[in-house]
Amino acid sequence: MNLLVRVRRPAPRGEAKGGLAARLREPTQVVFLALLGLIAVGWALVSLHGDQFLTMESVVGIQQRSAALGIVAIGQTLAILAGSLDLSVAYLISLASLVAAETMAGQDGNIVPAVAATLAVCALVGLVNGLVITRLHVHAFIATLGVALIIKGIVDHLYDGPAGKVPESFQLLGYSRIGPIPVSAMLWAGVAVVAWFLLSRTRLGYRIHAVGGNVEVARLSGIRTGRVIVITHVLCSVCAGIAGLLLAGRLGAGAPTVGTDGGYDLESIAAVVLGGTALAGGKGGVAGTVGGVLLLAVLDTIFNQLEVNSFAKDVVRGVVIVTAVAVYARRGTRRSV
Amino acid sequence: MLSMRGVGKSFLGVRVLSGVDLDVTAGEVHAVVGENGAGKSTLMKIICGVHAPDEGTIEMDGRPVSFGHPLEAQRSGIAIIHQEFNLLPERTVAENVFLGREPVRRDPVGRMVAWLAGGMVDRAAMEQATARLLDELGEDPFAPRDAVKRLSVAQQQIVEIVKALSVNARLVVMDEPSAALAEHEVELLYRLIGRLRERGVAVVYISHRLREVFDLADRVTVLKDGSRVTTLPIGEVTPDELIRLMVGRDLGTYFPPRSAGAGEVRLGLRGAGNHKLRDIDLELRAGEIVGIAGLQGSGRSELAKAIFGAEPFTTGEMTPSRPRSVREGVAMGIGLVTEDRKVEGLVLRQSVRDNALLVARAVGAKGRNGVRDLLERVRLTPPRQEQQVRYLSGGNQQKVVLAKWMTMAPRVLLFDEPTRGVDVGAKAAIHDLMRELANDGMAIMMISSELPELIGMSDRVVVLRDGRVAGTLPAGSSEEAILHLAAGEVA
Repeated sequence: MNLLVRVRRPAPRGEAKGGLAARLREPTQVVFLALLGLIAVGWALVSLHGDQFLTMESVVGIQQRSAALGIVAIGQTLAILAGSLDLSVAYLISLASLVAAETMAGQDGNIVPAVAATLAVCALVGLVNGLVITRLHVHAFIATLGVALIIKGIVDHLYDGPAGKVPESFQLLGYSRIGPIPVSAMLWAGVAVVAWFLLSRTRLGYRIHAVGGNVEVARLSGIRTGRVIVITHVLCSVCAGIAGLLLAGRLGAGAPTVGTDGGYDLESIAAVVLGGTALAGGKGGVAGTVGGVLLLAVLDTIFNQLEVNSFAKDVVRGVVIVTAVAVYARRGTRRSV
Repeated sequence: MLSMRGVGKSFLGVRVLSGVDLDVTAGEVHAVVGENGAGKSTLMKIICGVHAPDEGTIEMDGRPVSFGHPLEAQRSGIAIIHQEFNLLPERTVAENVFLGREPVRRDPVGRMVAWLAGGMVDRAAMEQATARLLDELGEDPFAPRDAVKRLSVAQQQIVEIVKALSVNARLVVMDEPSAALAEHEVELLYRLIGRLRERGVAVVYISHRLREVFDLADRVTVLKDGSRVTTLPIGEVTPDELIRLMVGRDLGTYFPPRSAGAGEVRLGLRGAGNHKLRDIDLELRAGEIVGIAGLQGSGRSELAKAIFGAEPFTTGEMTPSRPRSVREGVAMGIGLVTEDRKVEGLVLRQSVRDNALLVARAVGAKGRNGVRDLLERVRLTPPRQEQQVRYLSGGNQQKVVLAKWMTMAPRVLLFDEPTRGVDVGAKAAIHDLMRELANDGMAIMMISSELPELIGMSDRVVVLRDGRVAGTLPAGSSEEAILHLAAGEVA
């Protein structure tokens, strides 16, 4: 219990009524401060335990653990910012890994067509998600849940275990690193930078914010709101596809459960929300999500090093997520008064 | 510039506007006044393309136009500033001003992005253009980069006006622009409108506040019951005449006879206030119906919600006690028939019976078996308990709301616009019922923007202005007297 209290501390403390709070205007700042706090607490705890925290090994581990979730969460950020949501990413990741590994079939020459095919399949799924939501007026929660089940049915019918083979050269994506930075983490960083640019510098990004902020205002400003939502879903699914490629590279094959085992659907939403993006849309961004993903990964690392059992880990993660959102909600109401 | 001829509009067979003419010239501030329900907002929505007129013609610069969508009106140079602002609080001033029309960079990088994501926003150009417009207005208390959520209501209004100017609007429609503003902020609005006029922009100014109409307008058009009464240069009319033109009609409606006298004090307020209300003194007595009058934004609904405990008073005294929550309010025997019954009063997809029992179930009161009698008492016709409330007419829905409160036998019942959107027959039934409840010893407070109703029903009319009590008038006072108090002294 003692542990729970101490680990939870960083998030709310940064928020306290002290002088810091005034400057901590945005959730993004809060989440990175919480991240620093968590690293400090983790360092102290792990030292007490007699280990060394943040070794080369653990830093690389954090990055690798984060990469796949990080990429999915970036896509999820786009969907959530536009006021939507995607629950189909976990099954889509599995499907993507299978499409990639089957198409590659162990041949180096097949890598390019395999990547193209995988991303095309994912874009198509995203298009379906988006069209069901905007044209058939099905709530995003139900629409993407339905699409998730459809993918699950197809994958379960065709595969009952790992399939396909990823050539050695492509497996480098999963494992190799340049200096202390794994290639997978660079891929994640690349996706994050592209998404950040998209959101903060392009018309499309402005429109995503507007649609998520207030659909009616966006519509009356001449924005084709349906199209914006469809595009965010396509981008979100493509991100899931990239994560699927990465995981296929890591496993050396496609696997029908790789997405669901990782819990990428709910975990990506949790990371986005932890990063201060409002679940209702219109508020937040990529930077917060990166912070949220790192926070979850550091938490994981601390628990692994302390060899705490995984149930306690889930409890703490739950507490952290709920606390963070409660903190953001309070800031929101206080400001509007 | 804008010329409307014989414009008419009906909703569901009910005629809300007929044969209205309106001419607006460049650089003119044209006020449109009229009572609630006179058709002002429908007229405004037709100008802005939200509704299409059923009959009549609209010309812009001599060319006939018909707007199917607000965007088409916008392209013709018409902008509207709603009471509720159409702004994104999380975005900056510049982002809001140029929403949907962001300038993009034309350099090679920008072109490449244009193909992928609709273009790379030229933030510098956008912010400079916003700053320039702010400069031209001569008001720049904030920067283009500030988030809208950090601006005051008056500043947000400036953003709306800048937005209108950025689309080169030549006609700006303002719907009760001062309703949400504090006293000193209204002066800023005056200055802004002055600037608009200097630029040759025409302003259609819709307001209840006569003082503003006389301060600002060049001409005034009076609407009554969906028709135009007259259009006059402001110099040719006095405030008294204007009020007479707005209200002058036969009080042909029947109201139940008033009660003999008031009984004990059921509820008393002394110097009560909260963030919207200041220094309210008020007594509600058994057997009495107290009318509450006031303009939009004067704090009428807030008063009811404060007494009820939904937005509690924070200062002053209330007897027998000051509720801090709705639950405490209900425990004190206070009921509130809200302004918007569909959202705040009823669960539309549940049955009449379930709705009638909402309060009883919440507070655990008895009387669950008496629903049938209760529905007969409120004259619900037909009194079918199993029907979903959403299929009932407005009048019958209101009767269900009444039944809901009667299950707990309230000591004080507050009505906020009890007959809004209710047909004539049901209106009379609700009026009868209110009087009947008062005669049975209940203390009743009624908010209404329909002055004939207020005058016909109330034993006393309390007029609010800017969150304070502006005065109290005895039964049978004139509409003019109420409007004078509500609008404040007119120059």
